Amino acid sequence: MLSVTDLRAAYGRIPILHGINFTVKDGEFIGILGHNGMGKTTLLKTLIGLLRATGGRVEFNGADITREASFRRNRMGIGYVPQGREIFSNLSVLDNLRFGFAMHKTDEAAMIEETLAEFPRLRPLLDRAGGVLSGGEQQILALARALCGKPKLLLLDEPTEGIQPSIVEEIIEILKRLRDQRGLTIVLVEQNLEFIAALSQRVLIIQRGQITGEVTPAQLDNPELIAEFVGMGAA
Amino acid sequence: MDLIGIQIIQVLSGIATLALMGAGLAVIFGMMRVINFAHGEFMMLGGYVVIVCTEQFGINLWIAMLIIAPIFVGLVGLVFERILIRFLYGRMIDTLIATWGLSLFLIGVVTWIFGNVTRGVQTPLGAYSFGDYSEKVYTLVMIAFTVVIYLAIFIVLRRTKLGLIARGTMQNPNQASCLGVSPPRVYMVTFAVGAALTGLAGAILAPLNTVIPTIGVSYVAQAFITVITGGAAAFTGTVLASGVFGTVRQVISFEWTPILGQVFLLITAVILLRIFPTGITGRFFRRST
Repeated sequence: MLSVTDLRAAYGRIPILHGINFTVKDGEFIGILGHNGMGKTTLLKTLIGLLRATGGRVEFNGADITREASFRRNRMGIGYVPQGREIFSNLSVLDNLRFGFAMHKTDEAAMIEETLAEFPRLRPLLDRAGGVLSGGEQQILALARALCGKPKLLLLDEPTEGIQPSIVEEIIEILKRLRDQRGLTIVLVEQNLEFIAALSQRVLIIQRGQITGEVTPAQLDNPELIAEFVGMGAA
Repeated sequence: MDLIGIQIIQVLSGIATLALMGAGLAVIFGMMRVINFAHGEFMMLGGYVVIVCTEQFGINLWIAMLIIAPIFVGLVGLVFERILIRFLYGRMIDTLIATWGLSLFLIGVVTWIFGNVTRGVQTPLGAYSFGDYSEKVYTLVMIAFTVVIYLAIFIVLRRTKLGLIARGTMQNPNQASCLGVSPPRVYMVTFAVGAALTGLAGAILAPLNTVIPTIGVSYVAQAFITVITGGAAAFTGTVLASGVFGTVRQVISFEWTPILGQVFLLITAVILLRIFPTGITGRFFRRST
């Protein structure tokens, strides 16, 4: 489904990604693990098109999307939940959801009902402004909004960052449902080892803008291995 | 009683005039954060469109005013958005300088075509008596147009997909793009709509004012003061600020002189911005449009 070849990206003249290579199969859930500043968020921003690649190639379902704008990538079927959620703070929860499928042909009422059935926590919040929700509620809203466009591939950037443990558990359950029942292809970037181990079928290690290894979720329980790859002990 | 009645109508007329002047700017500056110094010239173009259509081509005044003027000025806005403004989004000082240049350019072109002479549109519909006083019927029509325009703006922004896309995109263009919306296209359309509203305002006000190439100068300051004092919720803020400023200006003008009316408008703006540094809607009606 997704093929990334020698992908390079930079902020101005500072290179961040130094030739990333990996592929994601249809229905696969892969995690990308790495410390702060290793290029995880930059990688997702380059995959969705918010940051222009300075080299390499990104293919999605066989089409070269390296130079496509983010809105075209979304319309092709790539959803993105950014770090920090990026909720439209002045829009209501309902309008945030409506925005999620504004450019996708769908029955609005049915889509809203389907989304609320999947995310019942949002039902009593529909009239509230996105900006006044808690971090966890915003994360669930961001996830629900991204799914409104019916993506084939979902890019998730640190969904547990600053979120209370009970909502982290809820997000794990939601993502498991999406993985097992919908067969959604997901690329998850995380620092939370337990979270990434609970969901991913395989985990790529990113260090200084390069994929330096691949481990199985079971191997994330091995603190020595993790220390070797990413310099962090298992939590 | 007659005096109070006529004063109420004049206050409403003053409020409507400011609200009309501010409508397009509420889109271009309030929503898009583009300092459009050519706002007054877009209004001036609206006035000239009415003059040319009615005098040169014999087109019905209402068609020229309500249809042709907003379409023409909207297209002018669209052209300048494509060749000038779109390269400057997010750079407020640069847009200020560029649109100042655009304003001088438009004044120059219109002066070259029509000359630096005063033109006018005959006020339609005559006058009516209100006790010992008389007032133009068109003043009431202008007030009604303003109400309809703002109702339409609120409905489009709050109830339509187009409004939802515009509000979200102006708040966070990157995230909007990741949800399938093309921000450059939304910005282009929004700027053109703002220009069209500005042209419509200039056309509606043309029968009540004289039209000269430099008339925009007298519009632009009042429009900016109104929209800035209104605050973040551009349209609600513009309506509220128009209400305050229109009342102050008309009451003072009626009791003393129009010059003092303008002076008190500015004093009121300074006081309001001292009390509400982020505008009226920075404190009240924060979730409104």
